[in-house]
Parts: sequence; structure tokens; C-alpha cells
Amino acid sequence: MENRKIVTPGESIIEGMDYLPGDGTHRSGSEIRASVLGLSDIRDRLVKVIPLSGVYMPKRDDPVIGVIKEVRYNNWSVNINSPYEATMMLGDASERFLDPRKDKLGKVFAIGDVVICKIKNVEENMSVLVTARGPGLRKITEGKLLDVEPSRIPRIIGKNASMVKMIKEKTGSRIFVGQNGKISISGGNVELAEKVIRKIEANAHLSGLTDSIKEYLEGEEDGN
Amino acid sequence: METKPKYLYKNSKRLDGRNLDDYRKMKIKMDVVPNAQGSAEVIFGKTKVTAAVHGPRVMHPRRLALPDKALLRAKYDMFSFSVEDRKRPGPGRREIEISKVTAEAFRSVVFLEKFPRTVIDLFVSVTQADASTRITGINAASLALAAAGIPMRSLVVGVTFGKIYDEKGVGHVAIDVDKPEDQWGMADVAYARAPATGDVVLLQMDGDMTKEEFDKGKKMADKAIDVVYKAQIKALKDKFEVSK
Amino acid sequence: MMNNVTLKNILELLKDGKRLDGRKIDEFRDIEIETNVISKAEGSARVKLGKTEVLVGVKVNLGKPYPDSPDKGVLMTGLELSPMSCSEFESGPPREKAIEISRVIDRTIREGKIIEVSKLCIEAGEKVWMVFVDVYTMNFDGNLIDAATLGAMAALMTAKLPRLENDEVIRTDLKESLPVNGLAVASTFLKVGDKIIVDPTKDEEDASVSRLAVGIKDGNIVALQMGGDLGISDKELDDILERAIKHSKKLLKYLKKK
Repeated sequence: MENRKIVTPGESIIEGMDYLPGDGTHRSGSEIRASVLGLSDIRDRLVKVIPLSGVYMPKRDDPVIGVIKEVRYNNWSVNINSPYEATMMLGDASERFLDPRKDKLGKVFAIGDVVICKIKNVEENMSVLVTARGPGLRKITEGKLLDVEPSRIPRIIGKNASMVKMIKEKTGSRIFVGQNGKISISGGNVELAEKVIRKIEANAHLSGLTDSIKEYLEGEEDGN
Repeated sequence: METKPKYLYKNSKRLDGRNLDDYRKMKIKMDVVPNAQGSAEVIFGKTKVTAAVHGPRVMHPRRLALPDKALLRAKYDMFSFSVEDRKRPGPGRREIEISKVTAEAFRSVVFLEKFPRTVIDLFVSVTQADASTRITGINAASLALAAAGIPMRSLVVGVTFGKIYDEKGVGHVAIDVDKPEDQWGMADVAYARAPATGDVVLLQMDGDMTKEEFDKGKKMADKAIDVVYKAQIKALKDKFEVSK
Repeated sequence: MMNNVTLKNILELLKDGKRLDGRKIDEFRDIEIETNVISKAEGSARVKLGKTEVLVGVKVNLGKPYPDSPDKGVLMTGLELSPMSCSEFESGPPREKAIEISRVIDRTIREGKIIEVSKLCIEAGEKVWMVFVDVYTMNFDGNLIDAATLGAMAALMTAKLPRLENDEVIRTDLKESLPVNGLAVASTFLKVGDKIIVDPTKDEEDASVSRLAVGIKDGNIVALQMGGDLGISDKELDDILERAIKHSKKLLKYLKKK
């Protein structure tokens, strides 16, 4: 359904009490209006606006890339590129048992360390817990770290991770995409991977992106 | 202009040649501060204002954070060289007051409850002043907030109006007052509304007007607000059309 | 805040003489200078140095000279780290960093004798012109000293002097230029690892421990400002000064285009 168009805050998207206001929208009388600048999207009765900018709001189970901000007695404070700082508890840092009386926490994660982690819990008061325990979760020590608009992350990942899979294949790079707009790239053709990611970021509002990116990557391959 | 002019309106024209219901040439530039979450520059005639939004972000110190919503703060800053006589850098009483009403103009339209315990910082920088700076700042701030992806019930749009005198000393209601009209005119009103909710969100006046004159000026300003509103929407949409 | 992956990246690349943004060790970012951007100011300039952007305005007021120089005009230089230009800058009165940078720019203008202050005297001991150079950061990505010095020069060289009519300062239809005598530029160098780089970005500044800013006029050194927690060797100092003199010629070309 070709129902996507760019809408601005307060703009009416559709009228009728049958429709339900989803993310990025609000109801005003019988209208559903956009709350954020983005692409309107109507599916069945659900009306949404897919934002094209905005900060990352932590959600449970999201993979993110965090930066250690502070090392405390028995936990770390982690910058997750969000209006909310996260905490990593001792037991969530390592598979190994850590004892704050014996282990130096700064040796596990020091200030400035970059950690692929997962949002473990978000409380109602927006206290956020992250964990570094789980498959693929670890400290990153090399490669390139990119900052992209968090709202564009879904397009960079693609449906069922199709987009990021394609970039990995064509560039030979290891790529980890955090929901919080931080992306780590290492190995392979890092430069090309970064270029493609920036291209997707800039064109996230366009349809048919997978095909045009595929074409671009194949063009680059031929060029080499 | 150091001495009071004999008239601000004569032969159906204002000093700069405008009609009473003309606003000055308007220009919008989006994304002028790359480090900000959202930003815009709005120009009305010779008044130039840049607005930039940082946030929602972590509130420091934490004790200032609100438990159930974001705190929206504004800082209106008039650059030292933006005015005829150099202004000492840093906020004076006038700037502190304008900062307060600017923040308040947006508090009813921003969905602050979506970001409890955070702060949204709105910076409004007047780089060149030729009256109507706070209202030009409101328009720039509306664009910066929308560009930052902050959820709002409405954009906020403003146009000033005032009362200027002719050679006989008779008052005429005019919109978008410039520097001489602001300095010597009989009244001026800073006026902004949220078109989508219909609410008036900023209103300040000094001078002297009848209720009829006020109503007339407001009506004229509302017409101009419709045009500025459309220009805001276009500027936001063009952000994405252009990159095609 | 600097993360350890980017830090490592910067250091590793530098070992091969490369930088994160693809520049060479001794290469400036793109420079754009626009003058007469603020009509209310007697002189103004907008300078973009990569993603760093500053707006500089010159205002000229009537004032009283200092008692120790009754026949000379007054120069004042200020810098505001506008909180909109970087999420790490805070509102409030200027802190150490802003004051240091403004004093470095001030010294370059003063010691380079860029403004002929003796020509700014109207009535010795009573009336002189006071020249205010105010720099505001619009977007910050490192190397404010060089960007602001370029901006100050561009604003000064295009600035006009107000007229005095019956003791009233007139600022309209100004013809007479501010008495400007030559131009100075600054090049700032950082020591990152064991390499000396020019025109640092914010990330590079965060990764570095020593800095030397050099102001040059007509091939002579007119201002120096070291900063950071570690020293530099004689050899490094020599290298920096030679490079600063070389860069000054290129930087001047950007100003002379105006």
C-alpha cells in the first residue's frame, strides 16, 4: 500500500474513529495527527509515523553499543547514547564470578571502553539495566565506531537483517549494529561499509532502498 | 535612528515601503548546527536568529530533573554585535525573561511526558537584531524541535503586530514590526500560536491599544501566521525532498 | 567523551601518518570564509573550518582611553563557547578555555599590530574608538584558535569606522575602513602519540596531551600558546615553528581572496 508520505507535527493523517493512533501519532477529536516529523504509515487500522530523527529510547532486549562512563564499587555506569544512562551490575559483566573486594572492576571494563551489550530491563522510572552476558556480547577493542541517527537503524538492518547481511557479504567486514545508533565495523573493506551505511542513513525515507544499495555495492565490486 | 521620526506611516506605506499587513522577506535554513539534535535559522528582513535543540538528554544535576516529564529549558542569547550598540555578552534581565516565555510557549505543545527525568535544551541565538527577535526565535525553535524528532501536538508559529503613527499622529495597526516601529511605535505585541491545537502560546505587549485595534492586529497577524506556518511545513518536508 | 575504540583508531592510524578523516598529518580541513554577514556589526565574518564554525563581529564604540596610553584606541577581544555549538559546552560565564582562547587571539591582533591604535584616537586623554572583536562558536569540532583568528582578521579587514557628528556616533553609510595594518594567522599543532598534527578535530583534541598554537605575521612569530599536560622536545618545537610559518602563507591566501 502506497500510503507513506512525509508529515510534520500536528498534521492530520486520517480522519475516523475506526483508526488507532500508533507510535508517533496522537488523536485529536476524530483525527489522527502526526506527533513527529516522519513518514506516515497506515496498516489496516493502525496509524503510525516512522520518525526520521530523534534520540534512542531504550527498550528491553535491544542490542546496543555502550561506552563505560564511570566505574563504581559494584557496578558501571554506561552511556548508551540515550537520554538515560544505563547501569551494568557486577553479575552482568562477565560469565566469571566477580568479587568487588578482590577484582578490580576497572580491569574488566575501564572508562571509555566500548561494550556490545543488551538492554536487560527498563523500569517505569526509566532506570535502565544492561548486560554484557550473552551470545555476541563483549568488549570491542578495534575497528571503526560510527554514529548514525538512531531512527535510521531499522533501515540499516533491513527486513530480517537482510540489508546488514548484504553489506557484510559484499564488504567482508564484521558489522555490529546497535539499536542506539552506534555501529562497529572491523575487518574487510571498512571504508566501503561505512560509505554504504551513510548512504542508507541519508536515504532512509525512500522506498526500494535494498535494490538501490545492492546495485551500488555491485557497482563498487566491479570497480575494484 | 536616534531621533523620533515625524511619522512611521504615510501615503499608505511604512518607512520601509511595506503595507500594514506585509511581513518582511522571510527565509528559512534547516540544519545549520550539525552538532545539535535539530536546528534552523530563520530570517525576517534584517532579523536573523539561529535555534538549536540538544536533547532530550541526561539532566545534570539530577536533582533538577522532573520525575514524570522532561524539563524544557530555553536560552535566548543576543550576540554582542547583533545590535547597533554593542551588547555585553551573557544574559541580562531582558534575555532571562525572554528565555522564560520562550520555554513556556513550547511546554504545552511538546509531549514532555514521553521523556521523564530528562532535559530538552533549546538555544535561541540572535545573530542580527532588527526587532521581532523573540518571535523570529520562536519560529526557528519550532523548526529546530521538529527537526530534532521531538514529539509535538503542533508546530508553533509567531508574527508580531503593533501600532504605528502617521504624520497626523493617528495610529495604524501593522504586522511584523521592524526596529524603528518597535522603538518609536505606539504599541507592539509579540504573538505566537500553535496552529494545530488552535491555542495562543505566547503573548506579550507593551504600549497602548484599544480592544478593537488589538483584535484587528491579531486578525492580520493570524493571516500572516497561516503563511509562515506553511513555510515551516515546507522547510521541514524539503529536508527530505532535497536529498532524493 | 572519547571512547577507547576511536582513541585506539586515531593512534594506530597516526603511526602510518594517517588521520581518522583521511587527512595527512600536516593538512588543514576545508576553509570557507564569508565576510559582511552581519549588517549591524561594523565588520563581520563567518568561518568554517571543516565542521567547526565561528561567527565573528566587530563593533566600534566611543570611549575613554586608558590612562597609560591616552592617545591610543582600545582593543577588546572576547570569545563565547555557545552552548548550542557543542553538547559539552555549558551555559554561563566564560570558563578557563574560552578566556584562554580569546586572550590568544587578542595577543595575535595586538602583538601583530594589526590595528593601528594610534589612528583610533579622537581627542587624547578623552575620546578614542574602542574596537570590540567578539567571537561566537556556532558549531564546534576542534581548533577554535585557528578558526577564530581567521574570523577576527576577516572581520577586521572588512570593518568600517563609525563617524562622529556633534558627539553622536553615526553607523550608517560608512566609508572609512578601520586602520588595519597587515594580517596575522594562527596554526595550532597537537602532539598525539609521537606525531605532531595540524588543525585538530575535537576527537583529536580529546586524544592529545600537548598543544602549541602559533600566531604568525609576515613570517614572524607574534603569539605562542602552549597547552596540555605534557611537554614537547626541542626538535618538535622547531618542527612546529617551521610548519606554522609555511602554513601561514596558505592561510593568508584565504584572507586575501576577500
